[in-house]
Amino acid sequence: MKLDLRRIGLAVAAPVLAIGVALILATLILLVAGDPVVAVWQVLFKAPLPRQVVAIVNEATVLYLSAVAVAIGFKMNLFNIGVDGQYRVASFAAAVFAGANFLPGWLNIAVAIVISMITGALWALIAGALKVGRGVSEVISTIMLNYIATYLVAFFLKMAAVKVEGSNATSTAVLAEDSRVPGISVNWLLATNNKIYGLIFLAIAVGFIYWFVLNKTRFGFDLRATGQSETAAVASGINVKKMVLASMVISGAAAGLVGMPLLFGQDYAYGDTVQAGLGFAGISVALLGRNHPAGMAIAALLWGYLSQISNGLQISAGVSDKLVLIIQGIIVLSVVIAYEVVRRAGLRLEQRRVASELAAQASTKTEEVAV
Amino acid sequence: MHKVIKSIAVVAAAALTLTACSTGGAAPSASDTGPKIKIGMAYDVGGRGDQSFNDSAALGLDKAAKEFGVETKEAAATNGESESAREERLNQLIDAGYTNIVAVGFAYAPSVGKVAKANPDVKFAIVDDASEASTGDNIMNITFAENEGSFLVGAAAALKSTTGHIGFVGGVQIGLIEKFEAGFVAGAKAVKPDIKISVKYLTQPPDFSGFASVDKGKAAAEGMYQGGADVVYHAAGGSGGGVFSAAKAAGKMAIGVDSDQALTAAEDVRSVIITSMLKRVDVGVYTFIKSIHDGSFKAGNNVFDLKVDGVGYSTTGGKIDDIKAQLDAYKADIISGKITVPAAPAKK
Repeated sequence: MKLDLRRIGLAVAAPVLAIGVALILATLILLVAGDPVVAVWQVLFKAPLPRQVVAIVNEATVLYLSAVAVAIGFKMNLFNIGVDGQYRVASFAAAVFAGANFLPGWLNIAVAIVISMITGALWALIAGALKVGRGVSEVISTIMLNYIATYLVAFFLKMAAVKVEGSNATSTAVLAEDSRVPGISVNWLLATNNKIYGLIFLAIAVGFIYWFVLNKTRFGFDLRATGQSETAAVASGINVKKMVLASMVISGAAAGLVGMPLLFGQDYAYGDTVQAGLGFAGISVALLGRNHPAGMAIAALLWGYLSQISNGLQISAGVSDKLVLIIQGIIVLSVVIAYEVVRRAGLRLEQRRVASELAAQASTKTEEVAV
Repeated sequence: MHKVIKSIAVVAAAALTLTACSTGGAAPSASDTGPKIKIGMAYDVGGRGDQSFNDSAALGLDKAAKEFGVETKEAAATNGESESAREERLNQLIDAGYTNIVAVGFAYAPSVGKVAKANPDVKFAIVDDASEASTGDNIMNITFAENEGSFLVGAAAALKSTTGHIGFVGGVQIGLIEKFEAGFVAGAKAVKPDIKISVKYLTQPPDFSGFASVDKGKAAAEGMYQGGADVVYHAAGGSGGGVFSAAKAAGKMAIGVDSDQALTAAEDVRSVIITSMLKRVDVGVYTFIKSIHDGSFKAGNNVFDLKVDGVGYSTTGGKIDDIKAQLDAYKADIISGKITVPAAPAKK
């Protein structure tokens, strides 16, 4: 395979352009807000400390799973905003099951993860069925299902809650020691005793499966074909309704994995202080990584980096951490715009190339005629 | 892409250094004469300026700062943040040299436990949690009998209501806020057993925006006032501002929480606040800092209840002076154990 320099150039141009634009816009906002610009950028671009590196990798692990769940829908032109609700319903179900200790050790973990995937898939299936059966936009139905998920889980959490003496938190039973996934120690590499989630391998495996299924299987081809042109897909004999249901279910199952590193590697229970909003962050990461398995990994690391480092902003630069939310938002917007700009530039380059080739052909033809 | 980001960062930082020097926004250097006590504050969602829970903690800090001349650094949590974000906040404060840390809110319990273990020389105080997760030789736990204080303002609401209909607005439906509800309902029913009480929570966990959504607080209270309630008590942090403006618009009464809100709320709505349930987080924080200053720090749980005036009600504005005797009678009964205030709402 020959490396196409122009294609690579265009692929790199988009993120570079996006980050450049984001930097300039964020600086302008800082200046308007009267914040210390230099101090902010110094904090944001300081090399992270060892414990922060671990935290960034951990955050990226969770974000990556969420991004893959969103991307499965994106590839089908389905906007699954419901990953946020799906992962919370699913992790709650898994936490209740695993906390009950029906099964020993690893078996408990494995079955709980499967339960989480099934719960997430079923929750997403509601939106899929509504779309196929009644033509309800999945954007609307998944947003509503997110609300329902919040109330439903809060209701059942109260019933499943185990009272801990002296605590004001509400949470499910804490997992037994043998039902926890041990973290990976990195103290041979970094000066920290903090550990990376053992379930990072799950995220890597999910990324690989995503790539394989999408690019190497008939199903993946059908999925992409339907996403690119529904009419063409129908013409080539693809059952679009079945594809919508299948992709929603798979997206939901992947969403079910989002909370697993948190449950088995950090919190060991599902409580009212569980991390919220991962589904929405996943949308940003999927957009940023252009639904590409490696692109999303890089985007997840960048996202994790920004949110981890934001703590320092309040303490070392005296700036509101909301600024980081603004910067993250600007980056996503810039990326979306930059890709469009670069895509159009690429299109123009292509047209010019084709035109000049055609012109060259035409001129040789006229020469031939002349001779 | 990472390398690209890095090189952009270098270029951008260099450019900014050149252009933005004139703004002079460098972080202040910590060059001091005497060895001051350094206090790091890790606030809950909303942070300083919520006029309620966090501000009550800030009040204690400010009082201690004035008396002992402590040096402080403050940071607040964001809605929906990760566990590692809380840990990182505590670690950053320690890295910056703030070796006495106050964590405001029970969400910090696991992170305080973990960071305290890793930093045995650093002293911690955690507000609202005394579980095993946040117990340690270098941790002081500060907890409150919110239900007891809420009982008194519940009684006040029932005594002041002319319609026989009052309301409770909770920020987020978590066990802690239900403790406020339980006390409030018990207090109101002690005065008037058949009183009608509307209860509304703004959000469900893990959505903690209910503690910082003025619009949601306003909508909930408006509904109650229109439905016939004439006194509404809120335990909703920053969302309480909305409850007050709804009361103002309806010409009805409201009850504040945590801080003496007749002093801390926006000036134009103070007139509607007949009393506030005081949760003296300020006393807890002050006690911690004072113990550091005196060298008398003691780990373990400190319960702030009615007996030690850790909770109570405010009289600013003089709007409940006429019923003060009745409230103080209830107070005495609770302290003596004649009345036991429930800590959780009765199951419906």
